[in-house]
Amino acid sequence: MRSSNTCGSSVGRIYPDLPRLVVATVAAAALSGAAAAADIGAGDPERGAELFARHCAKCHEVGKDARNRAGPVLNGVFDRQAGTAEGFTNYSKDMLRQGRDGLVWSFDNLDVYLENPKNLVSRTRMNFRGLEDPQARADIMAFLRRFSDNPRDIPEAAPSVNVDYAALAREIGVDPGVLEIEGDADYGEYLASECTTCHRPDGEDDGIPSITGWPEEDFALALHAYKNEKRPHPVMRMIARRLGEEEIAALAAYFRRLGEQSER
Amino acid sequence: MKLERRMFLAGAAAGAATLAAPAVWGAGGGKPKVVVIGGGAGGATAARYIAKDGKGEIDVTLIEPTRTYYTCFFSNLYLGGIIGLGDIGHTYARLASDYGINVVHDIAIDVDRAGRTVTTAGGDKLAYDRLVISPGIDFIEGSVPGWDVSHQDEMPHAYKAGTQTALLKHQVENMREGGVFAMVAPPNPYRCPPGPYERVSMVAKILSEKNPTAKILILDPKPKFSKQALFEEGWQNHYPGMIERIGPDFGGDKVEVRPDAMEVVVDGEVNKVDVCNVIPAQKAGWIVHRAGLTEGNWAPVRAEDMASRKDEAVHILGDASAQGDMPKSGFSANSQAKVCANAVVAALGKGKKFPARFSNTCWSTIYPEDGIKVGATYKATPEKIAKVDGFISKTGESADVRKATYEESFGWYAGITKDMFG
Repeated sequence: MRSSNTCGSSVGRIYPDLPRLVVATVAAAALSGAAAAADIGAGDPERGAELFARHCAKCHEVGKDARNRAGPVLNGVFDRQAGTAEGFTNYSKDMLRQGRDGLVWSFDNLDVYLENPKNLVSRTRMNFRGLEDPQARADIMAFLRRFSDNPRDIPEAAPSVNVDYAALAREIGVDPGVLEIEGDADYGEYLASECTTCHRPDGEDDGIPSITGWPEEDFALALHAYKNEKRPHPVMRMIARRLGEEEIAALAAYFRRLGEQSER
Repeated sequence: MKLERRMFLAGAAAGAATLAAPAVWGAGGGKPKVVVIGGGAGGATAARYIAKDGKGEIDVTLIEPTRTYYTCFFSNLYLGGIIGLGDIGHTYARLASDYGINVVHDIAIDVDRAGRTVTTAGGDKLAYDRLVISPGIDFIEGSVPGWDVSHQDEMPHAYKAGTQTALLKHQVENMREGGVFAMVAPPNPYRCPPGPYERVSMVAKILSEKNPTAKILILDPKPKFSKQALFEEGWQNHYPGMIERIGPDFGGDKVEVRPDAMEVVVDGEVNKVDVCNVIPAQKAGWIVHRAGLTEGNWAPVRAEDMASRKDEAVHILGDASAQGDMPKSGFSANSQAKVCANAVVAALGKGKKFPARFSNTCWSTIYPEDGIKVGATYKATPEKIAKVDGFISKTGESADVRKATYEESFGWYAGITKDMFG
């Protein structure tokens, strides 16, 4: 039941582009290469309720009379634009930005988020390591389905915006090995001059997020996600598109170093 | 004092004598010298990066006439009442204090390329090993019949920011009820391709608030313009019926102005107007013509390091350069400056040269919280700076996306001015 735009990477796998196009769901051919993804049809809502109580309920409520707590109410989460739960005011800037950029909680996006929240939203406030087990994620989502409209038809990620999307994703799929590359921070400093036209090295963020002092893995993952069009922002996609693995690692190393310097 | 001055001159002469052998720099005691003419997006950025990456081993002098520099980018937002004039004014204090740059508030009036010196109006003669010129634009005399710079009080250009922008704002705000604001738009190529049309948007904003029966008339020699579909959609949404544009098919390319009578003659037909913003055709800033570095209106440069095609010791940045595919914008100048700085520091033996890479994004505000953008990345080829990739906002985008773009433009402004002025 997954759509075909998967690339089997550790980065967020699916992301609807803007504008979302409604294309007939691609049903078959999908499961290959998506071994780590939850199966939309395989969730057990009863087990999901137990898992929800264990992992999620400290911060999130669902059901009748649910209130926003540390995290937002999860009623109607499916197909909701990220960062838009009614009355919830504690979103991270990153979550709000991703929502504005077009992140919608489809089954696939929520799956990626639950696997490791930081893969999708780098500086989310959701303090949760993630669930590696795809079955557990499927179970929780099956439970959450009960509290969303139209629960028999959970929106999957908009299938590829153009027909070549899946092919493109396979072509440029991220090998987790790129995160092991040791970046040359001096090279990164030169490359960073392209970033600092907009992103301020001192870490101030006003309209444009800070990228200083991030863990290198987060930084590299974010850039690869833009490069592979998993994140929607058009400027960042353009910038990331021409960055190679070494260059991304170099930038990650430099901005990490910059953060350490400014903390002193 | 006299003795010191003589010693300085002797030292400069010795430095010049070692030019053929860059490896000697530092060993002889004299630091290599870089002079930068112009303290805008190109020059300020180049000066800062050369000083920063030279790590104190390069003498950097920046020559800029104004003590407070008003950026042309974002000056339309001041015109539209969204920000204040002070928000776009910047000083060079941190370039001097934090980066050790010798900031000289003067005007460069001559370049002796054989002797490698720059002369200022104040009489200083500054020696250089590398010269960076980022002079911005000047206007082509006679490009709008009836107008020359002596008419800039009656019909402001406001295409160099500061008092001109303030003047135009005052005229728009005090225009008679139901009056006509005319803009004579420039032919290509010119500084900031979407700038005139963002300006029209901001003038329309002010008029729709204060003078809603007023009209805006654009006289345009170009058949089409930057982000046209996006602007026209935005004008329809926010200012319906207020803006009329006359392109070359109806005489927009045959315009004469009469500043004394406040008349604009379009293909022989006389129009009375109340405010007239004349943006003439443009050419590279005066000093690069004086230095003999131009071909036609602009100064051709090599893409890999922004060096003049006529003199490798001189780099030309931003609007004044003829480089290929990049638009003339503050973002472009800033991007080119960093490529140039890297090349200059490397050429002076103080750092490693990396491959050139360029990018540009132009944000425009149609109305508060309705922002659009267009951008591209570029690479150096032997012939020119060549476009690699690009994007543009789409018509019909959601209000959320437009608001995010608008807010992002403010983030960019804070970022680039920090990148320029430290």
